[in-house]
Amino acid sequence: MKTQEMLINVGPQHPSTHGVFRVVLTLDGETVVKANSVPGYLHRGIEKILESRTYPQVLPYTDRLDYLAGLLMNWGYVNAMEELMDTEVPERAEHIRVIMGELQRIASHLVATAAYSGDVGGLTGFIYCFRDREDIMDMIEMVSGARLTPSYMRIGGVAADLPDGFLEKCQKFIDYLPTAIEEYNGLITGNEIFQHRTKKVAPITAERAINMSLSGPILRASGVNYDLRKARPYSIYDRFEFDVPLGSNGDCFDRFYLRVLEMTESARIIRQALDKLPDGPINAKVPKIIKPAVGEAYAEIESSKGIMGVYVVSDGSTKPYRIHFRRPSFINLGHFDELIQGWKIADVIAILGSFDIVLGEVDC
Amino acid sequence: MTVQTISEVKSEIIAKYPQIELSEAGHFFVPVNQLADIMLDLKVSFGFDFLTNVTAVDYLEHFNVVYNLSKTTAPDMLHIITKVDRKEPQVPSMVSIWGGAIWQEREAYDLLGIIFTGHPNLKRILLDDSWEEHPLRRDFQWEGGRD
Repeated sequence: MKTQEMLINVGPQHPSTHGVFRVVLTLDGETVVKANSVPGYLHRGIEKILESRTYPQVLPYTDRLDYLAGLLMNWGYVNAMEELMDTEVPERAEHIRVIMGELQRIASHLVATAAYSGDVGGLTGFIYCFRDREDIMDMIEMVSGARLTPSYMRIGGVAADLPDGFLEKCQKFIDYLPTAIEEYNGLITGNEIFQHRTKKVAPITAERAINMSLSGPILRASGVNYDLRKARPYSIYDRFEFDVPLGSNGDCFDRFYLRVLEMTESARIIRQALDKLPDGPINAKVPKIIKPAVGEAYAEIESSKGIMGVYVVSDGSTKPYRIHFRRPSFINLGHFDELIQGWKIADVIAILGSFDIVLGEVDC
Repeated sequence: MTVQTISEVKSEIIAKYPQIELSEAGHFFVPVNQLADIMLDLKVSFGFDFLTNVTAVDYLEHFNVVYNLSKTTAPDMLHIITKVDRKEPQVPSMVSIWGGAIWQEREAYDLLGIIFTGHPNLKRILLDDSWEEHPLRRDFQWEGGRD
């Protein structure tokens, strides 16, 4: 029998591409023989725009990279700036950053979990995760005034102290989270159809994951113990007790379930940070006009999607000469074309969902 | 095996490759013609298995192509800079050593016009194929903006 290959275009407008991602698939029947990703539909040229902004003005643009984890993007930038300027951040500010950062990580993982459930056909799980994410959105709004674009961190500290009632609300959420996670496990993780759709689908070996510079839950699902909060602790992460969950098969299920496990660990960190939260200033003494000495710095943090790196070059003026963002979603997605070869077209959506990409970050 | 500090690792590398220039800030300046050999050896002999970042900066007289290497087993990170001629900006591609360079090098080509020789699929990634210029170059003229 004579067969013919078919070209299928997925996206950029397609709900399961999590934004405006486009991939051109060559199919033999239902099997993918070749894939060609075409990112860039949300490219705003942020790195170019930043050449004409002052250092503090950069911050709101970072919110718009991974808009599901704006606080972590803020943190990536201020972390690099503090390294460039050799700034010491006050204790209280560091604790607030950890609390807010980990809350944001839970929120981001909740979206990943929710969207993944929706991607493979279980829309109920989607609604439950979003219900609980709303509590975190409220808390982020309490401290910053915005839900998705907080711009809460500052070079040398944070924008404002925690408002009244925040600590109680946060404590309440942390106490409630295990109940919610049990619910997700009942609804999504334990679902037989869900497991059939995700287990043994598109496994990535540890060697391949490292070679392809994958980071975050995708790398750890393959069993590589590399979480910057442990491997190269920044901020005050060396003071907290927490585990780094690891997968063993590196398949879609492991990548999904790792995020659920990480939520519990984040809650553990928040609990300790709430207990230890010291009094004191929330901002370091940073000059009003920021003019770093000529030089360059590259620093990384562990974002919810993987390693978020920021490279800043200063020419001694008030504006950055060059800023580059190492976006985890972008680099993780570089492995996608190769990974989906040989899998069925229905698996493509399951595999893309397990990557948990955000197009604001991929396209920058 | 005793654990080495990052400065010990750096001095060991410098001892093996005296052609590497170590800057005051601890950055490596590697001549572009030896980049491929040195990078391969950093992975094979020194255990830098994770290419975390690839980017470039335009200084109008030359480009700096910047690599950040780290290890999944230790906190070490190297900041490697190679100077490239601006008229013929060619550097060897790292894709055969670290597959993770595949999209990052395409991005640097797209936005700065650096040619990564040996890259399996060096074409634009963020901008449309019909673009002719490389916008992250400092002499790129753009409309609008605040200055």
